[in-house]
Amino acid sequence: MGQIQLNQVTKRFGSVEVIPPLDLTIEDGEFCVFVGPSGCGKSTLLRLIAGLEDVSSGHISIDGVDATETPPAKRGLAMVFQSYALYPHMSVRKNIAFPMRMAGIDEAEQNRRIEAAAKALNLTDYLERRPGQLSGGQRQRVAIGRAIVREPAAFLFDEPLSNLDAALRVGMRLEISELHERLETTMIYVTHDQVEAMTMADKIVVLRAGVIEQVGSPLELYHAPRNQFVAGFIGSPKMNFIEGPEAAKHGAHTIGIRPEHIAVSAESGPWSGVVSVSEHLGSDTFLHVHDTGLAESFTVRADGEVNFRHGDRIYMTPREDVIHKFDAKGLRID
Amino acid sequence: MARAVTKNRKIINTAAAWAVGLLIFFPILWTVLTSFKTEATAIADPPVFLAFDWTLENYSVVMERSDYMRFLWNSVIIAGGSTILGIIIAVPAAWSMAFVPSKRTKDILLWMLSTKMLPAVGVLYPIYLMFIELGLLDTQFGLVIVLMLINLPIIVWMLYTYFKEIPGEILEAARMDGASLREEVLYILTPMAIPGIASTLLLNVILAWNEAFWTLNLTAAQAAPLTAFIASYSSPEGLFYAKLSAASTMAIAPILVLGWFSQKQLVSGLTFGAVK
Repeated sequence: MGQIQLNQVTKRFGSVEVIPPLDLTIEDGEFCVFVGPSGCGKSTLLRLIAGLEDVSSGHISIDGVDATETPPAKRGLAMVFQSYALYPHMSVRKNIAFPMRMAGIDEAEQNRRIEAAAKALNLTDYLERRPGQLSGGQRQRVAIGRAIVREPAAFLFDEPLSNLDAALRVGMRLEISELHERLETTMIYVTHDQVEAMTMADKIVVLRAGVIEQVGSPLELYHAPRNQFVAGFIGSPKMNFIEGPEAAKHGAHTIGIRPEHIAVSAESGPWSGVVSVSEHLGSDTFLHVHDTGLAESFTVRADGEVNFRHGDRIYMTPREDVIHKFDAKGLRID
Repeated sequence: MARAVTKNRKIINTAAAWAVGLLIFFPILWTVLTSFKTEATAIADPPVFLAFDWTLENYSVVMERSDYMRFLWNSVIIAGGSTILGIIIAVPAAWSMAFVPSKRTKDILLWMLSTKMLPAVGVLYPIYLMFIELGLLDTQFGLVIVLMLINLPIIVWMLYTYFKEIPGEILEAARMDGASLREEVLYILTPMAIPGIASTLLLNVILAWNEAFWTLNLTAAQAAPLTAFIASYSSPEGLFYAKLSAASTMAIAPILVLGWFSQKQLVSGLTFGAVK
């Protein structure tokens, strides 16, 4: 069980209110991702749930029990830190055993869980090593192992993949997703990387300046962003925003069109511009277009075979059915 | 990356380092040499360096005249006791300042250090009176307390610096893992700070061992440590350089041996955090 409920939770550091009153429910077994630019309060929110920071007001309940005043150790949550936070003076085995040792679990049971976790995380050969003798990915797995053996009500991940290189990150992302499928335990995952959010989450919470901008499934956020901020944050490359007469035609202050929803041709189309940079990814080509008369910068995601170069004039046709419309305040118009 | 150093440069550097090292070591060497001379050779002009009749006479006289073992025992108790007591008090203090600092933490640290700037003699009178009142004069316990207080700022500062090097996230992880404050300090913080704690211990044993002002002023016979033992050979009736040297050598020998064997620990502790 691991339902977590935040009720009018606020956090102030001195006179600065980093989290204005906030309500949020994370259902049991859900993979919930907090995403937002740096400084948006997502890590603070996670630390409030963990109990590492005290709330300034409001209530946090875990499985229906008020845990606002409960110390971190007693909340039944396990956390994986960005820096892994392994105990450098202990072997991998002792690191993983530590939470069980604190809980007073008998040694036979400890060993059983350690062996199981080590097997699941490919750490069996490294149990007697110290964290300093492991690679980044292995250390992260030890941190996850240490969290698993506690059999917590929920896992909290604080940007766990930021210190890994790109290839490892993709691998670990999959491992964490698989872990969630297997354990079916609530997971709360903080990241600034919207790709991680999109690929892993059941539910994404988009935060800006401590305020929840939108909560929804990855595809809800992608297809129906509630405002311009969410529209710009979710999706890669970023959505293009157009203001002025072109937007007025659609009866909006601003319209947004995703780079993948624009068709390009060398001959004709309602919009045109000059290619400044074309990035070939093999599967796709990202065209950065200027002189469109629509917006400062404009990005188009085209087929990998497309072969436009710097200085080429191209014509663009948007898919009318997926144009997002926003009013002057940046809110979605349906 | 290593900086390129030319061969000549290396030789000059090495020679200079040796010269400085010898210069610093020379007084100790001279004391040790003098302790093996007769009183006459000790004051010979020009001084004799190595070519003299080596004798152990001074040592036997010193051993006969004073109870070396009693002074040694007092030194061990006072230096060891004040250091251990200091560490016990300083660990929680340094912990709270390093991990839950308040607005005034910096000020408190500076204030503690500022007490070291006060000349000790400034508080001799009140402390002496207090010692009389409390019956602590010439007791090991009294000296343990005073030396602990004298060195406490240094112990707290050193531990604070070492604790600061330990990432807070590791302690938070321990908290999440269910460790109580006591378990966090015992199983995580202390083992991680062992090199720092060890060098703090050593440095304070050395400081307390060599402390002369309070040990001389607050003791007479019962609790007098080795500093008083040395001082007893510098008398107004005349200086006995050779015997004084023998006494000094005997007084510094234990701490020298301790320092020698813990050299590695001391260096690694003092440079803790400098190299990751």
